[in-house]
Amino acid sequence: MNTNRAVRRSTAAVAAVASLVLTVTGCSVTGVTAGEGSAGDGTGTVNALFMKQAGYTEEDYAAIIEDFEAEHPDITVEPTFVSYEALHDKIVTSAPSGSYDVVLIDVIWPAEFASKGIIADLTDRFPAEWEDEMLPGVLPTAEYQDRYYGVPNGPATKFFYFNRDMVAAVGASEADLETWDGVLDVARRIKADGLSEYPIAWSWAQAEALICDYAQLLGAFGGEFTDDDGKLIINDEAGVAALEWMMATLEEGLSNPASTTFLEDDVSKAMAQGQTAFGLNWDSTLRDLQDPTISSISAGVLPTPVGPSGERPGVNGAMAYSIGANSKNQDAAWEFISYLTSREVQEQYIGAGLPNWTDSYSDEELVATNPEIFAVAEDAYDASIVRPAVPNYSSVSQIIQVELQRALLGEKSAQQALDDAVAAANESLEG
Amino acid sequence: MKRKTVATVATHAAAVVVAIACLAPLAWTLLASVSPQSDIVARPARWWPSEFFLDRYAAILLDADSSVGASFRAAFMNSIVVGTSTVVISMVVGILGAYAFSRLRFPFRRTTLMIFLATYMLPQVALLIPLYLILSSLGLLDTTLGLILVDCALVVPFTLWILSNYFATIPADLEEAARIDGTTRLGALFRVILPSARPGIFAAMMFAFLLAWDEFMYALIFTSTDNAKTLPVAIAEFAGRYTTDFGLVAAGGLIASIPPVVIALVFQRHVVSGLAAGAVKG
Amino acid sequence: MAVATATKSTGNRIARPRRNGLERQGRLAFWLLLPAFLAVFGVIVYPMFRTLLISLFEVKSAVATVTPFVGLDNYIQALSSSGFWSAMGRTLYFTLMSTSIELVVGLVIAWLLNARIRGRWLLRAIVVLPWALPTIVNAAMWKGIYNAQYGALNGLLSQVGLIDQYQTWLSDPFTALNFLIVADAWKTTPLVAFFLLAGLTAIPHELYEAARVDRAGWFRTFRSVTLPLLAPSIALVLVLRTVEAVKVFDIVYAMTRGGPANGTQTISYYTYVTAFSEQNYGLGSAISYLIVIVIIALSALYLRLLRRSEMSLL
Repeated sequence: MNTNRAVRRSTAAVAAVASLVLTVTGCSVTGVTAGEGSAGDGTGTVNALFMKQAGYTEEDYAAIIEDFEAEHPDITVEPTFVSYEALHDKIVTSAPSGSYDVVLIDVIWPAEFASKGIIADLTDRFPAEWEDEMLPGVLPTAEYQDRYYGVPNGPATKFFYFNRDMVAAVGASEADLETWDGVLDVARRIKADGLSEYPIAWSWAQAEALICDYAQLLGAFGGEFTDDDGKLIINDEAGVAALEWMMATLEEGLSNPASTTFLEDDVSKAMAQGQTAFGLNWDSTLRDLQDPTISSISAGVLPTPVGPSGERPGVNGAMAYSIGANSKNQDAAWEFISYLTSREVQEQYIGAGLPNWTDSYSDEELVATNPEIFAVAEDAYDASIVRPAVPNYSSVSQIIQVELQRALLGEKSAQQALDDAVAAANESLEG
Repeated sequence: MKRKTVATVATHAAAVVVAIACLAPLAWTLLASVSPQSDIVARPARWWPSEFFLDRYAAILLDADSSVGASFRAAFMNSIVVGTSTVVISMVVGILGAYAFSRLRFPFRRTTLMIFLATYMLPQVALLIPLYLILSSLGLLDTTLGLILVDCALVVPFTLWILSNYFATIPADLEEAARIDGTTRLGALFRVILPSARPGIFAAMMFAFLLAWDEFMYALIFTSTDNAKTLPVAIAEFAGRYTTDFGLVAAGGLIASIPPVVIALVFQRHVVSGLAAGAVKG
Repeated sequence: MAVATATKSTGNRIARPRRNGLERQGRLAFWLLLPAFLAVFGVIVYPMFRTLLISLFEVKSAVATVTPFVGLDNYIQALSSSGFWSAMGRTLYFTLMSTSIELVVGLVIAWLLNARIRGRWLLRAIVVLPWALPTIVNAAMWKGIYNAQYGALNGLLSQVGLIDQYQTWLSDPFTALNFLIVADAWKTTPLVAFFLLAGLTAIPHELYEAARVDRAGWFRTFRSVTLPLLAPSIALVLVLRTVEAVKVFDIVYAMTRGGPANGTQTISYYTYVTAFSEQNYGLGSAISYLIVIVIIALSALYLRLLRRSEMSLL
């Protein structure tokens, strides 16, 4: 009793001292006061945080910025590029200081960033007509609780890439790659003929890339991440079947065992060097695979194959441009984002990524520039599988990644791993 | 006598094994950096390149158009600036402090030194967010000056410690003699102690440079552009982006290692005597 | 650490000063130490304090303005989470393995560098190379060596005939952790060797002569002369390397990013993920203070053990 009271009293004392210190040194323990961001006067420097990637490259952005600055002489844009793996943490650590006015965010982050006050609510700036002019599948990329927190930079999903020569060498055709069963069958023939030791490569490292591959298979097996109440349900029949299928391809030697250490870039390079016949990868990969200085193969692209469910949803992997909540130059930042995502600019850089705008897809001249991707795009974006839009998505994703890997590495059965993932993730969702 | 011969042979054999263990990984990396990609991925593994392929070095060092090369060269310069400034500042600060610790009597001397050394126990990750906010409010984010400041805080305890130990081994009589001749304490520090403390100074400089050159976490979080990004961050991004082009990563990594390797080779003679001062007394 | 006693021993060399001389020395010491104080504590004191404060609050965003005081809840949450304990377990395993490898191999190398062999200068120049290699470069290099497609390890083992086909070394969590330890030990063993060599060279030659006169064998000489006199250097190296091993982050970040299946997630990396990826700053700050406690406890333990063994060995 006595010690309890002493503990309570000293806790109260610490709390009092701590609060006093806070009042003296600033407003909150983070040292940040609310509403530090401001609109600015629409001129000056816009600091933008982008990603080093296969789609919009540093050279592309440099060219876009040059054109933008020519049109807006009183705004200068300072771009910064980090790898995808470093992007989230960079946005988070820079948030309090408002270092970046424009940040590129992934489709899985709006809930987290919006609920934590890291990115600004752009609903009032978002022109109403965009809701009609943008692809319905793309519009909600940076939407959270019916507010817009960013402007999409075009749809993105993972397609199925294949090595044309290897497929032809075993006498197969594109029609055989229509279903995952068909893919495995062709893979077996390629392996038997010694064309590739492991015909399929995946990005199954402990990273978001693993979730994206799993998502696409989960969809093919007719599963979903969450039920209507937002609870994770990947330990149901479809979720387990998808994981067991992944494990079986490893066991049979059809999937590269190094997949569990691969990111998307490794998959693309493995294909480009002709080590592997098949791989799931983002739309922007085709440009690299068709570039003879990078790739030694003739690559084809198809929508993701159909699974037992008869469906082939692509994972929604779009990204969006947002404005840092503490940015002090939000008007100029918005000016730049509007330019960056305008139909003219997106169509000009069609090789880097697909446009937001519905009308672009009926522009025959445009379609002719990248017929392979346009041909598969419609199917893929029709039905897309979404990853859970929850504020603590990062924790949930980490939990799922680890448990998927435990199963893939043979430490646990698929059912056990997913049961554990669901239990831990749902606890985290509540907490 | 025979036993002695066996022992000598065994010693030399062990020395050869150690040398191979140190050199083999480096040699393989060096060869990979000059091998065509087809040699690197060849099976069975090729241990000698079919031709010497120097394009990667050219792209990193010379190519004016490649953004990879440009940001690598910028990072190299940033590392040089951060490394040398950190060494200079932490040596000056360390020499002054070490003189106080080794030659002057004052209250809490031991405790003060212990507190300096104890800062090394703090994990850097614990300081990241508050430091970020401070640097940001001072406008020092993404500047080499900001990095130099935080790196000095890491390096100074080391230079203080090595130098204090070394100064303590220099006989006090030398200094006494100089002071009787009318030299001030600081005069004695520069004219008597520093010249006889060369091994300790070289050892401390080498430690300071290697530590500053190696620092990663602060640079990762506090820098973002070619303005201030240092080599470890550039290499990490490089390695993340070109995972399958090992030759390029190897070439970049080896170039990034040249300054610390040269410094280590030049100063290594002094390291042992520089550290010996601390080691004996325990 | 070692220094404290080193400076103590100089005390008697300083000429006994007069009283106001003492005051003057104190004042001079203050001014001489001021720059070092500013350089170190100017940078870390405020962040240390702020982090301690954050660890007592629920802070779930770097820009949070609502941050309720939660007392020790973050510490309790860390101590009751399995993620914390498994990261701590991995870190202690990493620390134990890497420091023992470094100590044993480092001692052998130090002994070689101290022995009368031909080309000793060359060996010393070679041994210093791994130490000079930046950690991130070291990580990239070993990642290449372990690579499943083209790595030197696979190439070598399959040509020697020890493996039938190329292995994915970094895909098994425990193997990956051990391979990470090898990569880390390769770089840091030379540093340990140089510290121990410094201790070895300081052992007076007469002691070895005396041992020879006593007809002491190699092992007895090592046990009764070398080891006790090297104990301070060993203690120093153990503390230094333990502190660094518990804090290990860079090589994990560059080589495995904590994977596969969290198999290489050390406590510093876990803290980083908790604070920045999951944005739980309160919890992350609490964990970083728990790391400090572990480091202090381990250092104290070593120093105590070594003091005891030193006495029994003498």
